[in-house]
Amino acid sequence: MSTVDVIAVIAAVLLSPLIGGLVTGLDRKVTARLQGRYGPPILQPFYDVFKLFGKERMVVNYWQIFCAYMYLAANILTVVLLALQSDLLLIFFVLAVGGVFLVIGALAAESPYSQIGAQRELIQMLTYEPLIILVFVGIYLETGSFKISQIISSYHQPLLISLPLLFVVLGYAFVIKLRKSPFDLSSSHHGHQELVKGVMTEYSGPYLGVIEISHWYETVFILGLCALFWHTNYLWMAVLIVVTYFGEVLVDNITARLTWRWMLPHAWTGGLLMSFANYFWIYAKLK
Amino acid sequence: MSLISTSRVKSPWLIHFDCGSCNGCDIEVLACLTPVYDIERFGIINVGNPKHADILVVTGTVNHRNKKALKNVYDQMPEPKVVVAIGACGTTGGIFRDAYNVVGGVDQIIPVDVYVSGCAAKPESIIDGVVIALGKLAEKGKKVDQGIFERLEKTQSAIKAR
Repeated sequence: MSTVDVIAVIAAVLLSPLIGGLVTGLDRKVTARLQGRYGPPILQPFYDVFKLFGKERMVVNYWQIFCAYMYLAANILTVVLLALQSDLLLIFFVLAVGGVFLVIGALAAESPYSQIGAQRELIQMLTYEPLIILVFVGIYLETGSFKISQIISSYHQPLLISLPLLFVVLGYAFVIKLRKSPFDLSSSHHGHQELVKGVMTEYSGPYLGVIEISHWYETVFILGLCALFWHTNYLWMAVLIVVTYFGEVLVDNITARLTWRWMLPHAWTGGLLMSFANYFWIYAKLK
Repeated sequence: MSLISTSRVKSPWLIHFDCGSCNGCDIEVLACLTPVYDIERFGIINVGNPKHADILVVTGTVNHRNKKALKNVYDQMPEPKVVVAIGACGTTGGIFRDAYNVVGGVDQIIPVDVYVSGCAAKPESIIDGVVIALGKLAEKGKKVDQGIFERLEKTQSAIKAR
């Protein structure tokens, strides 16, 4: 653990909520402008979280408190592991465990909204996790390693050039993960009207604030994974991140909500086809 | 602490509950969300969940059935919270006051902070009422910070104390 690592970890833990909150605020502002409104100020997510911390503590079930904090811990750990340039598979498993804790917290409350929201969140996880694994395997096939530090040091070409279809698959997985239309089944971010708030219905006050901060860490993690696809040049990395996130916001505003019966087969079919096409291209290039 | 007090005013989340309204005031409340009036620029979101909400916006005269639901929704909201009664029906029962099923106004059941009159109340009046409620929310927030909570059992004394 060199000092660079320690500084990277501290920067990741302290700066990520600020960056994540600003990105979320920009998300709401851009969404509002696309809808012809003015929209809230960009710092609005911070006001929301501070207000939530000032509310009275009301819990339906004490497990919710534990699960909210475990979800936060898992998301912080994924960002820390990304900053330490660690193994992609390890990051994936930590992410999966965090998602499971969110679902357990929702299942701990007995209202039908959080129960159905939890089941839908499980189906969403079932949908996007294989897609992310396929992308990581594609990165391995192309660069020969799962460790980010080795990918960055040994592979001197942007990954986007050799893995374009896998980047599309990753974008698809992130639409599902970020709960953006058409796949905002387990909780709708802007409208607050899918199963009331789905997975997060029974949380209130400070615990909802903790989950909101976890979502900021998750956003930073997602942007970090997209940044990996153009790790050679900081300017183009920034352009890629901005274009990808704006694409997600645009898709959110253009599409209507679909059902899990559409999402699961179509995401898997499309994702598998595009992944195998990209794998085939990697092997064809090597030969 | 002042960070939390400013954030309470800058991020008020609304829940709208219809207690037997003709839906005229409901449509006007929802019109506030549309791009013409756009209350989201004040940070106001219409959450459908009392557990997430700060402001309870009630339309309609209350009747003997949904007074229990109204009390339930009010109880589920964490402190600090304010209540805005909208329209002639919400404030006093309006022209339906003497009907046999009507309780006659929201303040017979829960403590109301702001009364917005009109039939149907204009979106501008509703936004004005919500902004006045924000001032009261800030005062109640200061009391919550000191640990003073109002509970519905003390509703009558709370109404008298206002």
